[in-house]
Amino acid sequence: MEEKLFLLGDEAVAQAALDAGVSGCYAYPGTPSTEIMEYVQASRQAAGSGVVREWSANEKTAMEAALGMSYAGRRAMVCMKHVGLNVAADTFMNAAITGVNGGLVVVVADDPSMHSSQNEQDSRYYGHFAQIPVLEPSDQQEAYNMVREAFDLSERYGVPVLLRLVTRLSHSRTGIRRQPPREQNPLRLPSDPKQFVLLPSIARRRYRQLLADRPKFMEESEREDGHNSYTRHEGARRGILACGLAYNYLMENFPGGVPYHVLKVSFYPLPDKLVRQLFADSDEIIVLEEGYPFAEEMLLGVPPRTEPVIRGRLDGTLPRDGELDPWLVGKALGLDLEDPEETPGLAVPRPPSFCPGCGHIDVYKALNVAMEKYGAGRVFSDIGCYTMGALPPYNAINSCVDMGASITMAVGAADAGLVPSVAVIGDSTLTHSGMTGLLDAVNKKSPVTIIISDNDVTAMTGGQLPAGLGKIEQICLGVGVEKEHLHTIVPLRKHHEENVKIMEEELAYEGVSVIVARRECVRVAAARKKNKNR
Amino acid sequence: MKTDIILAGVGGQGILSIAAVIGLAAVKEDLYIKQSEIHGMSQQGGEVYSHLRLSDRPIHSDMIPKGQGDLILGVEPLESLRYLPYLKKEGWLVTNTSPYENIDNYPDPGQLFEEIRKLPHHLLVDAAALAREAGSARAANMVMLGAAEPFIQVSDDHLIAAIRELFARKGEKVVETNIKAFKAGKAAAERVG
Ligand code: SF4
Repeated sequence: MEEKLFLLGDEAVAQAALDAGVSGCYAYPGTPSTEIMEYVQASRQAAGSGVVREWSANEKTAMEAALGMSYAGRRAMVCMKHVGLNVAADTFMNAAITGVNGGLVVVVADDPSMHSSQNEQDSRYYGHFAQIPVLEPSDQQEAYNMVREAFDLSERYGVPVLLRLVTRLSHSRTGIRRQPPREQNPLRLPSDPKQFVLLPSIARRRYRQLLADRPKFMEESEREDGHNSYTRHEGARRGILACGLAYNYLMENFPGGVPYHVLKVSFYPLPDKLVRQLFADSDEIIVLEEGYPFAEEMLLGVPPRTEPVIRGRLDGTLPRDGELDPWLVGKALGLDLEDPEETPGLAVPRPPSFCPGCGHIDVYKALNVAMEKYGAGRVFSDIGCYTMGALPPYNAINSCVDMGASITMAVGAADAGLVPSVAVIGDSTLTHSGMTGLLDAVNKKSPVTIIISDNDVTAMTGGQLPAGLGKIEQICLGVGVEKEHLHTIVPLRKHHEENVKIMEEELAYEGVSVIVARRECVRVAAARKKNKNR
Repeated sequence: MKTDIILAGVGGQGILSIAAVIGLAAVKEDLYIKQSEIHGMSQQGGEVYSHLRLSDRPIHSDMIPKGQGDLILGVEPLESLRYLPYLKKEGWLVTNTSPYENIDNYPDPGQLFEEIRKLPHHLLVDAAALAREAGSARAANMVMLGAAEPFIQVSDDHLIAAIRELFARKGEKVVETNIKAFKAGKAAAERVG
C-alpha cells in the first residue's frame, strides 16, 4: 500500500508547500487557517531545509515579507483567514501589479457560517478584484495538488495566485498522497530591476501586462486536463455548476452518478467555453457554491437572464447565507429527503466562556465597578478571548469590529463627546493593528483609557507567541504615552480594590491613559508547564 | 461498508483523541476516512464535535449528511443530544452519563436521560466511574471509545495499537490506563448488547 499521510486540509496545504520547495511561510493566526503555519513550524522537513516560518505581526506584514521573498526569486506562501485579507489587501492588490519573481501563493481560509469570525466574506471576490487566478479545491487531496500547481502557475505567469479554502475543508482530516519533494529556488534577482517599482509610469506598464495575460488565465481555466471539467449527461435538461467543496456535497447525494450535466469549477476566472456549453445543454442551471453567490451572479448577468433559468442562493433554491451541507444541496436538487430530527429543546446552547481563572474575568470585574459612575455603553473592544466580555454576566463591552478598532473607535467616540471612552484590547491585537491608533490617540491627547488585557499569548487561536511579548510598556512609551499614565496591574481577585482605584483615577484623567493588565493565560500556562515537564 | 459517527462533547474532554485513535486505526486498515472537527472559539468548556466517516469506498462530503449518521458517541449527555439531526432513525446514541454543568440553565440530568431513552437504540455508560477504576478520570473518553467499539468496523487490535501510538509520548503508565479504560468501556457495551 502506498503510504498516505493523515492530514487536515490546512496541513495538506502546508505539506504541499514544503514539497513544492517553498522557502518562506508567513502568517498571522486566524481560524480556520492557523494550522497551516503550525504544521510548517512543527515540520522536521521545514527545519531541515531552513524554511522561514515565524508568525508575523499581522497579515499585511506577512504578505509584504512573502512578496519580498518572491522578489528574491524564492517561493513564498502567505496564509490567513478571510478577514485577514482585508488587512493585507493593499499589498495583495499591488502585488498583482508588481507581479512576482519566485512563486507567490496566497492562501485564504473563508469561514462561511461564521464559526469563529465576524463576517462570512468570500475571498473569490478579492481574486477577481486583483484579476489573478484563483484556485478552489473540492477536497484535501486536491488542495495538496493545487498548491504545487499554484506555485508553478505563479512562476509561469509572473503573478500571485490565490488559493481559497473554507472551514470544512481546512478542518477535516483525510489520507493524503504526497508527490516527490522539489528543491527550493536559488536566490535570483528579478530580471527587470524596475519590476517592483510602482511609479505611475511603470505601474501603467505592469498593469497592461496583467491585462494582457488575462486570456492566458482563461486558457488555463478551459484546459482539458485542468481543474474545471464538464460532464454531459445525455438527455438531461438540468445543469449543475458546482464550485469547490460544494462539488462534494453534490456527489454525496448521487453515489451512482449525477443524472445532470455537471460543470465542476475549481479554477477562476470561470471557463467561458464550458459555461457556454452548459448553457446550450440546459434549460435550468443550479449553482452550488460556498460563500456568496459569486458564480451565480456572473451567470445571471445584467439584466438577469431567464434562459436558461439560473437557480441558487439568489432565488431561494438555497439559503442566501451560511454554509451548505449535503442535505441542503440534496433538497435544492429536489431529492426526496426526510426532514432531519430537531435538536431537543433540552440541549440548550453552551456558549463559549472564559476558562475558570482567566485574567480577563478580573479585568472586567474591576472595569465594571470603575465604570459604574459613568454608566453603560462606553467600552470599545476588540478581537480575542476578551471579546467574551460582551456576554453575561459581564456585559462589559459595546463593540468588536476588526483587529485594532477598539482604540480608534474610542478616540472617535471621545471626539464626539463621549468622555471618558474606554478601549479593551489584547496584547497580540495591539501589535497587530492597535499601535497606529494609539499614536493617533496620543497625538490628539484624546481623553481615552486603554486597557491592554495582556495574557502573554495569542490565546484564542491556541497559544501562539505574540509579536509584542515583553515589549508592551516600551511600545506604549515609545508611541508617546505619558509615564504617569501608564500602569501595569495584575488582574487577580486579591488586587481587585487596588485595580479598581487605578482605573477610576485614569478614567478621570482627560488624556490618554494605558493600563496594562498582565497575567498569563491560564490555559496556555498549563500547557507550557506540561511541555516543560515532558 | 460505511460507518458515520458523530463525536460530541465539551472542550477539554478529549473528543479529538477519540477521533485520532479511530482515524489511526482506520488508516492501518486501509479504509477511506474523513474526520472533520469544529473548534476555534471553543475555549475550555465550549461545544466540540467531530464527524468521522469510514468507508471502503471513497468518501465525498466531510460532513455527515443530516439524518444519515450511524452513531452518536457522546462524552457528555447534553452534547450527545445536540446532534440528533445527524442521526438516522435506526442509529445508535451511546453516551457517557456524567453531566458537564458549566452553564446556569443546564437541564435536570434525569430529564436528559429520559429524552435519550426515547430513542430506539441507546446506551448509557457511566464512563467516569469506569475510567476511575481503570486508573484515571481523564480516560473517560477511551471508555467511551470502548463502548462504541461494537459499532465501529475497525479491529480491536488496530484500535489498541492506535491508543498506544497516540499516548506513547506520555509514558507506559498512561498507555496502559487508556487501554484498560477502553476494555472496560467495551465490556460495558457488551453486557448490554
Ligand atoms: S484561553 Fe486563556 S485567555 Fe482565553 S479564556 Fe482561556 S484563560 Fe482566558
